[in-house]
Amino acid sequence: MSGFLAWIEERIPMMRVANMHAIQYPAPRNMNFWYVFGFLATIVLVNQIVTGIWLTMSFEPSSARAFASVEYIMREVDYGWIIRYMHSTGASAFFIVVYMHMFRGMIYGSYQKPRELLWVFGMFIYLALMAEAFMGYVLPWGQMSYWGAQVIVSLFGAIPVIGPDLVIWIQGDYVISGATLNRFFALHVIALPLVIVILVFLHIIALHEVGSNNPDGVAIKHKKGSLPESEKTPYKIHEYYTSKYDIADDVVPFFPHIVLKDLVAFCIFLFGFTYILFFAPEMGGKFLEHPNFEIANQLKTPAHIFPVWYFTPFYAILKAVPDKLMGVLAMFGAIVALFALPWVDRGRVKSWRYRSGLHKANLILFAIVFIFLGYLGGTPQENWKIIASQVATVLYFGFFVALFLYSKNENTKPVPERIPK
Amino acid sequence: MKKLMCFLAFFLPGMAMAAGGNVHLDEAPIDLTDKASLQRGAKLFMNYCLGCHSMQYQRYQRTFKDLGISDELGEQYLQFTGEKVSDYITRAMPAESAAGWFGAAPPDLTLVARVRGEDWIYTYLRSFYKDESRPFGVNNKVFPEVGMPHVLEPLQGIPRETTEEVMVDGEMVERYVGIKSDGTGSMSPGEYDEAVADIVNFLEYTGEPSKLDSHRIGKWVLVFIVVLFVFVYLLKKDYWREVH
Amino acid sequence: MSNVSVDAKESAQTDNQPKDNTRRRFLTVATSVVGGVGVVGAAVPFVASWNPSARAKAAGADVEVDISAIEPGQLIRVMWRSKPVWIVRRTPDTLGELAKHEDRLKDPNSEAEQQPAFAQNQYRSLKEEYLILVGICTHLGCSPQYLKDGAFEEVVEGVPDGFFCPCHGSKFDMAGRVFQNVPAPLNLVVPPYQFVDDNTVIIGSEAEVA
Repeated sequence: MSGFLAWIEERIPMMRVANMHAIQYPAPRNMNFWYVFGFLATIVLVNQIVTGIWLTMSFEPSSARAFASVEYIMREVDYGWIIRYMHSTGASAFFIVVYMHMFRGMIYGSYQKPRELLWVFGMFIYLALMAEAFMGYVLPWGQMSYWGAQVIVSLFGAIPVIGPDLVIWIQGDYVISGATLNRFFALHVIALPLVIVILVFLHIIALHEVGSNNPDGVAIKHKKGSLPESEKTPYKIHEYYTSKYDIADDVVPFFPHIVLKDLVAFCIFLFGFTYILFFAPEMGGKFLEHPNFEIANQLKTPAHIFPVWYFTPFYAILKAVPDKLMGVLAMFGAIVALFALPWVDRGRVKSWRYRSGLHKANLILFAIVFIFLGYLGGTPQENWKIIASQVATVLYFGFFVALFLYSKNENTKPVPERIPK
Repeated sequence: MKKLMCFLAFFLPGMAMAAGGNVHLDEAPIDLTDKASLQRGAKLFMNYCLGCHSMQYQRYQRTFKDLGISDELGEQYLQFTGEKVSDYITRAMPAESAAGWFGAAPPDLTLVARVRGEDWIYTYLRSFYKDESRPFGVNNKVFPEVGMPHVLEPLQGIPRETTEEVMVDGEMVERYVGIKSDGTGSMSPGEYDEAVADIVNFLEYTGEPSKLDSHRIGKWVLVFIVVLFVFVYLLKKDYWREVH
Repeated sequence: MSNVSVDAKESAQTDNQPKDNTRRRFLTVATSVVGGVGVVGAAVPFVASWNPSARAKAAGADVEVDISAIEPGQLIRVMWRSKPVWIVRRTPDTLGELAKHEDRLKDPNSEAEQQPAFAQNQYRSLKEEYLILVGICTHLGCSPQYLKDGAFEEVVEGVPDGFFCPCHGSKFDMAGRVFQNVPAPLNLVVPPYQFVDDNTVIIGSEAEVA
């Protein structure tokens, strides 16, 4: 057996890669609950891919059959309803864990030097995920699928000069039609998943190159020869890391310590996920919206259209700006601002534990504003909400402006050399 | 953790949101495990609704099985259009002529309980009232200007709006208090409400036939996850004991 | 300022695997077993979803056929499980022919299991008069032609009626039995069926033996 494994190992370095990137990867021992969402996102990605492949086996991507084939899966395929609900619940779960993952990055400064590219790859994953989710949402061909697609695709019409032609080109027709459905299907099941998987791969490679951040923002890798033997980690860490650095005894190996920690979180996550899947798959109309149980009708717009909950913060920004082009720009700007975070934040201290009260307040306010925008974008329009969403939009961008201004000369606390006990 | 709380705070109000707009909706007294109610609802549906509305994503056979009816009995008492028991529940009326008669094709009702919510349907079917200005002589409190005749009138009788005089700021005004049947129907008001509840129960079933299975399986999956959690947690503790 | 106990250092230095500890070993095994059960459980819906769906089962359900209008010598085709099923009303002459060419058949006594037990006879049928066959050649799945009133003599000398497969020239007699020296290896399949009454046959299930 070991001879066979050695034969393989000489030809393809499977154990070496497994040791380097999983088993003997050094992870800070103080990683707290905020650090489980990357693992959970990977699990949800696998769930989406597997259930997606199975749904593709019975889904018929045509405007005539799409809606009926989803009901076929729900009623006529053995356990098809479980697979479909795993996918629909997974879509929302994906954004929940990704938003938590991103906020973790913000509070502990995981985007700062040297992790700028790691953050940028993550943002590209987020972008691809939004495109993936949007196109997947169109496929069941319900009323919200259709009219949601109508609204989102129309956004491209705001682009000067080429806008109207671009919209028709994206649709492949003069309205959202079967042609649109088919191309979204192709992108949703093949193109974008491939892009996402590749980006996730790059995200992990980049992470392992620079190493994991932690709630104290303290480096675990030290200059070679700078640590006495007694302060080096007792665990077996892969020589890829130990040959270049001294690894402090602030670390645990990824396997089994971090994996077990992640599995505990996974069980808790799975409990909630399963509860929703089996007992509240519509999540009160947030995960599966009521009008989407009605087949797409080109002649009848639902009374209230809004995107699924995970897009609503950006939708609120779009609606807050009275000009169409400016609204679209503001919406894209809101995402671009996140991309730019590593350069907007000019501070040297990573974790909010050692940064100013102003910074903490700014982060908490940002989270509240983001959720509030989500609420505004996902509920019917009312007069007070117009002003509210404009204020919230200003506050959203205000976070970045304020961060840029105060981070240069921020009043920070001293960061310890090593992870505190 | 804070954000998790905020997320929950964000979702939970949505769960209570009704699909009905401004009209007060009565809570539908339905129970998916009540097979007798589902069977009565199915019978009412086949007799009064299927003429115009289809249920095109659902099969007779599956329906009979889930409702505890044998194929033979089902064919005899619940199938009127001569289809096979394995066929989908489709209406006899062609969609084009239906659109001509009612101004719009009557919608398919397989999923109506998921679109409108059970309380909406329950209230809607009990909110028709006499209104000679409308093409079919009736209007609806929940769905104003509705294009559907009151097909359950033989059961309910002719429903009329009733008002009562009340004192508001020292003046007597007429206030709408509800709908009362003239008593010409075959059912008493109480029986009619029950019959409507049976229909709603049946529609709730057809909206999601897997629901009872889902609750049954879901319980065991949750129990399993708790067991898995205990083992994983203990193992994790065991490894991490030496770290801190 | 070591953060890890000496005990852990000793055990962990060699590798990160469990140290020799009964509790830990028990928990590892238990967690793996429970996790394994979970994986198997999660796989169930995915495996089960490959079964024929309710739609496929409905399409594969028994077919009831009214045979009162079939004239002697006539063949009608019905669909059962998306396959053509022939119902031929054989004349007494045709039935008389069956015994005459048995020396030229591969399996004259229907020994290969290509029919329900009730049809393992010379006529390969429940009632002599009605021949019911799945109309698919046992060679490569084409549907043979029905050649009658002497037309079959052109392919098999001395046999007036029969089935001829245009794809590769396989020949079958009026009981669906395959002739020698053709590519088809087996007699045509007789589906399970039962007579409800003299005019009605149900294809897809046999009458239960009392």
